[in-house]
Amino acid sequence: MAQTVTIDPITRIEGHAKITIHLDDQGIVRDARLHITQFRGFEKLCEGRRFTEMPALTARICGICPVSHLIASGKACDALLAVRIPETAEKLRRILNLAQIVQSHALSFFHLSSPDFLLGMDADPAKRNLVGVIQTNPQMARDGIRLRQFGQQIIEWLAGKRIHPSWIVPGGVAQPLSPEKREQMLAGIPEAIDITQRAIEWFRSIIPQFSEEAQTFANFPSLFLGLVTETGALEHYDGVLRVVDSAGNVIADKLDPNDYQEYIGEAVEPWTYLKFPYYKPIGYPEGIYRVGPLARLNLIDRCGTPLADEAWAEFRLLERGAVLSSFYYHYARLIEILYALERIQQLLNEPDILDTHVQAMAGPNRSEGIGVAEAPRGTLIHHYRIDKDGLITWANLIIATGHNNLAMNRGILQAAKHFIKGDRIQEGMLNRVEAVIRCFDPCLSCSTHAVGQMPLHIQLLSPTGEVLDEVRR
Amino acid sequence: MSKKRIATVWLDGCSGCHMSFLDMDERLVELFQQADLVYSPLVDLKEFPEEVDITLVEGAVSSEEDLHKIRLVRERTKVLVSFGDCAVTGNVPSMRNPFGANATLQRAYLENVTLHPQVPREVIPPLLERVRPVHEVVKVDVFIPGCPPSADTIYQALRDLIEDRTPDMAQLTRFGA
Ligand code: SF4
Repeated sequence: MAQTVTIDPITRIEGHAKITIHLDDQGIVRDARLHITQFRGFEKLCEGRRFTEMPALTARICGICPVSHLIASGKACDALLAVRIPETAEKLRRILNLAQIVQSHALSFFHLSSPDFLLGMDADPAKRNLVGVIQTNPQMARDGIRLRQFGQQIIEWLAGKRIHPSWIVPGGVAQPLSPEKREQMLAGIPEAIDITQRAIEWFRSIIPQFSEEAQTFANFPSLFLGLVTETGALEHYDGVLRVVDSAGNVIADKLDPNDYQEYIGEAVEPWTYLKFPYYKPIGYPEGIYRVGPLARLNLIDRCGTPLADEAWAEFRLLERGAVLSSFYYHYARLIEILYALERIQQLLNEPDILDTHVQAMAGPNRSEGIGVAEAPRGTLIHHYRIDKDGLITWANLIIATGHNNLAMNRGILQAAKHFIKGDRIQEGMLNRVEAVIRCFDPCLSCSTHAVGQMPLHIQLLSPTGEVLDEVRR
Repeated sequence: MSKKRIATVWLDGCSGCHMSFLDMDERLVELFQQADLVYSPLVDLKEFPEEVDITLVEGAVSSEEDLHKIRLVRERTKVLVSFGDCAVTGNVPSMRNPFGANATLQRAYLENVTLHPQVPREVIPPLLERVRPVHEVVKVDVFIPGCPPSADTIYQALRDLIEDRTPDMAQLTRFGA
């Protein structure tokens, strides 16, 4: 008969991401839940602050993608001012956003995921980490460190500080780009492109070894959502929202991001601090969609830069219709790095990029503002209301990782069905679930801890809530 | 001299302090040759080990879970370091204190919601009524302010600590640096 395992309260609190798997009366897996255990409270704690503080304040939501929050917040503030920011300022913000995509994707691919590819999904977790990569493939480790560093360096050169710079301000940016910094950035691009192309080639070469993972890692039909340009190219700063289905058909196009509340709803479940956004026209939970690199590459008609377009064309051959396996998030990330580097180069070569008029001055002219941008992990929405003195009265934030909440839970359910036999969790479940979650690169510090490698704790529960089995790390 | 055992942990912070740690870039390689990183959200997955020499703590104490965790970490650590403004002063997370935990939860889970408004309470750890800096809960040996502290600051401080010196923080950083 099912055995109850007592949980030691000390080790139980170790788990920041906790998973429970629920069996029905027949002993069949009915549900799997990812419990996010941290709550930040930004929607409330900013109340009463001056709106001009919002970019710097909301950057503190996340140290991995602070620039995304700076951008979305800056755009929401521009909307409160009701100004069009100078073109050069917009280009500089775009460079900052792209540089962050480089550093954040590099972190995800090299620092966090490459250990799985290099050492194997089932390698000893004590070695399956960055230090392990440094020891087994120093070249790859150095490449990864270098690429992330380059992205961070561009952020520092532009904005004065790598993490939480205060350079993005309502109406534009605080400082123009200097000619010396522009040269330094341009000088670094060829090496960064080399590293990225090397990584793409290497990843392509290992795909055959990971065919099982590709088949089973959160591989299911869903919608995909994100920004594209008016003409359907890759876009991270502005543009319109598009939704495609799993066959790759566009089911909604040119949606105004300001109307997000018409098509994105948020549901709450009692067992996690992370809410569940869903596509409203279809409802909850059937309106499941994915965002982020994989989604973006499924949405677009082309990237818009030469090298990335080539890589993208090859990527889309992986599957007919949309690429559905979340394993390919990794691949998509590398292609986006390539795009970001090419695009940064193009922007730096624009004739007006050194222009010193980079901020539009105004006071608040509207009481409500919305800013939407693509963060490395997907669509990010900031929505504020202010009073007549410019103090925040209300805020709503939809964070990129949140959009993928339904999909991450479904991915875990898929793995559970595979790895639960009777009332036992089979060997390999822990590694598998961890790797499935890592595909999404959840920036859980937006809502929880852990940069992707998480102290997991999985419990198997009977219909009455009795603990049948558990594994943890 | 045996290799120092270093750990880093995360409470209620944005991970920015950990990212600044990674911004040591190539110096990471050098550091890992002189010390072992025995526990960290970045590199290791095991339970918090016994007998850690130096632990860097990012973030404020915000939930029951944070509270249990920091007590355990304190017991097992020789030199406990408040790492970054959130740990040192409560910083941004403590801005929820004037409203209280309930009002903060209400905004997120009752007001800004389309479906099933309810405050989540199953399985996940409850919030503390007040967010607190680390030293209000356990004894702290070294404070490294900054939001985040720069990579240079972290590097210098770690070098000192590894070589048993007390880092002179006033020279290196300040609040909100
Ligand atoms: S001190 Fe600043 S960088 Fe560090 S966790 Fe807190 S908000 Fe993030």
